Amino acid sequence: MTTSTRSAGSAAGNTLRRGRRRPVESIVQVLLVAAALVSIVTTVGIIIALANPTIEFFQQVSIVEFFTGTSWTPTFLQKAYGVLPLVSATIVVTVIALVIAVPIGLGSAIYLAEYAKPGTRKVLKPVVELLAGVPTVVYGFVALFALNPLLQKWWPTENGPGFQNLLIAGIAMGIMIVPTIASISEDAMSSVPRSLREGAYALASTKMQVSTRVVVPAAISGIVAAVVLGISRAVGETMIVTIAGGLTSDRVVFNPLEGAATMTAFIANISSGDIPVGSLDYDSVFAVGALLFLITFALNAVSIRMVRRFREVYE
Amino acid sequence: MSIRDVSAAASPPENESEVTTVNPDTTSRPAVNIAGVQPAAGHQPRPTTPVMELSGVSVYYGAYEAVRGTSMPIQEKQITAMIGPSGCGKSTILRSLNRMNDLIPGARVTGSVTYHGQDLYAKEVDPIEVRRRIGMVFQKPNPFPKSIYDNVAYGPRVTGMKVANMDDLVEKALRDAALWDEVKDKLKTSGLSLSGGQQQRLCIARTIAVKPEIILMDEPCSALDPIATAKIEDLMFELSNDYTIVIVTHNMQQAARVSHYTSFFTAEVDEKQERHGRLVEFSPTGKLFTNPTDKRTEDYITGRFG
Repeated sequence: MTTSTRSAGSAAGNTLRRGRRRPVESIVQVLLVAAALVSIVTTVGIIIALANPTIEFFQQVSIVEFFTGTSWTPTFLQKAYGVLPLVSATIVVTVIALVIAVPIGLGSAIYLAEYAKPGTRKVLKPVVELLAGVPTVVYGFVALFALNPLLQKWWPTENGPGFQNLLIAGIAMGIMIVPTIASISEDAMSSVPRSLREGAYALASTKMQVSTRVVVPAAISGIVAAVVLGISRAVGETMIVTIAGGLTSDRVVFNPLEGAATMTAFIANISSGDIPVGSLDYDSVFAVGALLFLITFALNAVSIRMVRRFREVYE
Repeated sequence: MSIRDVSAAASPPENESEVTTVNPDTTSRPAVNIAGVQPAAGHQPRPTTPVMELSGVSVYYGAYEAVRGTSMPIQEKQITAMIGPSGCGKSTILRSLNRMNDLIPGARVTGSVTYHGQDLYAKEVDPIEVRRRIGMVFQKPNPFPKSIYDNVAYGPRVTGMKVANMDDLVEKALRDAALWDEVKDKLKTSGLSLSGGQQQRLCIARTIAVKPEIILMDEPCSALDPIATAKIEDLMFELSNDYTIVIVTHNMQQAARVSHYTSFFTAEVDEKQERHGRLVEFSPTGKLFTNPTDKRTEDYITGRFG
């Protein structure tokens, strides 16, 4: 009975065998795989492109000199290849940016997640995120020609900030990364379960105590991830520091009132000039680029790990 | 267990003594206590004065009236249970007793809730002060992602209590919540590392650490297994020596086992097909479960409804 039914069924078109071809299915799959591969191939390509000139660079300049030298003057007659001036300028700008961005970003996140009414939040959050879309060249320009003159005018002492300086570049960069920090921290705080807030309110907490003692600690890994992402954006940011940060790199500058070239500013500047391909100057750009790549890569890795840890807690 | 199960098991009136006494040997407690027909259900109420009074309390969410005209007293150092089917507004009423409904946008309370004669909803009343005196334990244990110690110390810290020795206070609260022996060697570990029942006792410890006068419990055992439930029930009875307790429960046997007074709520459907919660009957627990005044109460506790 069963066998006959089965054969009868198959004759009647009840078969479950693959019959119809679905060519679109496989084409779509190939296209999607290709799309996914693009970013992987690009990353690998960047590493390869950086590796070769970087290796050539280190054949002529010792790693010790690169990491300990306090003067970076590849375009001078007296050439020096100590990367510290570029690194220190990058650190100074990044620290200033964080001093600006972390309080403002966290403040906005706490306001949006805990204080704002649902309607207000619905309007404000996209506005904050929109700020992230302002081109950095605009920030750089505004910093140099609008903010810096004000800063110079209001500066209380004699030796105020110069035409280009790390302080104004850091401030502009801080404003630039506020949306990143605010938006990701707000996501982290919003995903703290409501039950925790209720528990805290039921213990006679004020709104501020609930925010700072329960919600922020519970969301801390997400907040740290937001800050790390902000740092990696700041370290990799180019336009603001190129326009407003200055170009000095023959000595280590820690005074934020002076101008100095960050790693990115150096690369942008020297890349736009005429340097012969294959020369040591040319290779030096790649060496700095490789260092920058490593730093941002490490920061992103830390950030991803933080986000993952934070997800584990509540999901 | 659903109410239907109760009705099936409700006819043979056995195990009377199981209900009236809180059995310290909790694991041996029978799984089913037949609440509906216990002649001596509930603890004998002691003659006391009400610490809180609800009169004509209605709670609205926006334009929707979730609970209508509730009037009942909350007696001092007694356990008052609130029972009834889902959606009958018992949790809503509970949350109006320490102004937790303030946190829900659009929630509004009419009528009067008084605490020692003061209107809880008067303009000059600070909800933070209300919640310092009237604490709450929730349905799902919600310890903070902090250490056990910090969970308990949280309340005293945020309320600025003058504490001579925080260690002593934490130990006392954990002892009172019958959790000390299980956690005394790991006070620095996260409260989230505990089992569900332990977490709930931690939440109770956290609540009593601020020395409230009243503890509200919103189905505190519904996420727990029977053994953990029994522990919490024993604890509640223990705590009623010092605290006034109001408990919302889905579980009639629980109300019968632990409470002195019981209020029965139900949901009515009006002409616009909207459901409104309503208090049907408030009585000493023994009376409500054996000799209810209202037909609807009787139907519910004997399982003919709900």
